[in-house]
Amino acid sequence: MSEPLLRVSGLSKEFPIRGGILNRVQGSVRAVTDVSFDVAAGETLAVVGESGCGKTTTGRCILRLIEPTAGGITFDGVNLRTLRGAELRKMRRHIQLVFQDPYASLNPRMTIGDTVKEGLIIHQLAEGAAADKRVHALLDEVGLRPEWTRRYPHEFSGGQRQRVGIARALAVEPKFIVLDEPVSALDVSVQAQVINLLQDLQRDRGLTYLFIAHDLGVVEHLATRVAVMYLGRIVETASAEVLFTLPIMPYTQALLSAIPLPDPLAPRDRIVLEGDPPSPADPPSGCVFHPRCFHPDKDAACTQVIPPLEEKAPGHWAACIKQPAGTTDFFLPAAALRSRRTAVSPAT
Amino acid sequence: MTDAKAPSTDVVLSLRDVRVTFRTADGLITPVDGVSFDIVRGQTLALVGESGCGKSLTALTILRLIDAPGRIEPGSRILFDGRDILTLDDKHLRAIRGRQAAMIFQEPMTALNPVYSAGEQIAEVVRTHTSDSRREAWDKAVAMLGAVGIPSPEIRARQFPHQLSGGMRQRVMIAMALVLNPSLLIADEPTTALDVTIQAQLLDLLRDAQQARGASMLLITHDLGVVAESAQRVAVMYAGQIVEESPVAELFASPQHPYTQGLMAAMPRAGRRRERLTTIPGTVPPPGAWPSGCRFADRCAHAWSRCTSEAPALYQLGDGRTSRCHLVVEPERRTAVRMAGALA
Repeated sequence: MSEPLLRVSGLSKEFPIRGGILNRVQGSVRAVTDVSFDVAAGETLAVVGESGCGKTTTGRCILRLIEPTAGGITFDGVNLRTLRGAELRKMRRHIQLVFQDPYASLNPRMTIGDTVKEGLIIHQLAEGAAADKRVHALLDEVGLRPEWTRRYPHEFSGGQRQRVGIARALAVEPKFIVLDEPVSALDVSVQAQVINLLQDLQRDRGLTYLFIAHDLGVVEHLATRVAVMYLGRIVETASAEVLFTLPIMPYTQALLSAIPLPDPLAPRDRIVLEGDPPSPADPPSGCVFHPRCFHPDKDAACTQVIPPLEEKAPGHWAACIKQPAGTTDFFLPAAALRSRRTAVSPAT
Repeated sequence: MTDAKAPSTDVVLSLRDVRVTFRTADGLITPVDGVSFDIVRGQTLALVGESGCGKSLTALTILRLIDAPGRIEPGSRILFDGRDILTLDDKHLRAIRGRQAAMIFQEPMTALNPVYSAGEQIAEVVRTHTSDSRREAWDKAVAMLGAVGIPSPEIRARQFPHQLSGGMRQRVMIAMALVLNPSLLIADEPTTALDVTIQAQLLDLLRDAQQARGASMLLITHDLGVVAESAQRVAVMYAGQIVEESPVAELFASPQHPYTQGLMAAMPRAGRRRERLTTIPGTVPPPGAWPSGCRFADRCAHAWSRCTSEAPALYQLGDGRTSRCHLVVEPERRTAVRMAGALA
């Protein structure tokens, strides 16, 4: 395999907890712990997990919007961790971010034309009439009318605002875009339009995506590879096809089986996890998932040994000491998986 | 209207031609425009639609929780257990709210009172509607917290909403709704703000609680997966109107209204990885900008002249199904092209 476009190794981020009258550091929340992954040019790596699992922090660390506590980030052969000032800003041109909330991520006092143009000016890519022409072309590319440049965000629907956010990211011609829940705030019919747009842009511009999401239906549709996070750690990673058919980690299995299927006749062999995810300020010892784990072989070792992310099958990595490499003995009730695969599409 | 069927005895809740208007700076708008449906005792009806379709407002109307400038129009009828909600005086209405019909809201953090403990808020419901003592009400609250799956309920009952996780707060809401054994639950997006593993827990909890108590439920949601798991009947709303109603299995097997078909086709689903999704072009128009004729016509692949000139009735299809689409009477107009990605 050639050199990946992005390599993240051993990334960790601790946020201090301050308190008391002197506002001293009393502890820390380990939002991200020892996260490593590669993203090859042109692929879409989805990072999935539930709220508080560290997926957004991971995305922000890559852009150095949050300074990581430890770990290496190499983008296109350049070590991002050591960049400072002007060099860092220059590199940011190549890595852009699309935010979740299209209502909060656009400046309400800037026209959408100026919002899209700002990056062009800052990075000195175009100015004057040339910049305006680029803005028109970008709006057209994301499915907005070029004559709308002088309108303000409040004049647009959520889906249209998200298109503005995408145009803004594209303006500086990045190679890599971190998509942080880009369709979560949108209605189903609009969500489909934006998903198609993201796929078209990736194909036409050869973009690489890091797709942060909690909606597994959308992830299954968009991703080429998936990394599942739980309590700050990657617990499983595989190609999307493998992950959605043969998940190894008990957590991944529970996550997949929890998705409500749009099929009233599908059997309901659901794994319902007990309790809530533990607090990242006080993570469990050993395997972070052990308090909720339903693996039949779970024992004292799970509470002591931090399971390494091991390659259990070619290209399929999972962190579970009870699931030996090479086994095909997946313990999700077969019917539940089958029903996922054969969910019938309605006749239209 | 086409709702000829008279409410039968096992109907708990019956809405007839419910209209809600709001006076705004831009004139009078009607975000709920002639909604009718029945909920049979012990069953769940899901009200499905996208943001702005009027589904939450319909839910609020049932317990008359609409404030000025909103107004429930004369001619609307809401029958709950045989009583006309819209003509009840405040005293009788308060006796129904929380006791016979209870609501579960989407955002437990905003729906719960931050300065009272979880237990106090549930006990307050009991004390308001019964002659229980403070002690008895508190014991009922703790028992109910245990029943909705909260570990160490004695401790949790003394905690405040900010000390509880999102899933736990929603359990408190559910406990508060169930504590007096209401015959109707109105749940407005009860799991939307929650993670999928927590959503699975709560959907199971709601279903079990409802079955054990024989309660009926109106479930407001935008998630067709949740509908398929939880409801017996489904009503699909678009632009203030019900556009299709059907038993759940039939709806998923053969959606009739082009909007329902479009919603189902737009969902990313297993087995169609990385293909283009079918989309519904355009966006949901806001109230006040609804087209005359069929409100879906400008987004519909099948629309013809009749659709823009004549508003379709909610046609009866038999087998308890309805569809607000002229295709019911002119099926030959259905175009061969599906609502394709090419339209996006």
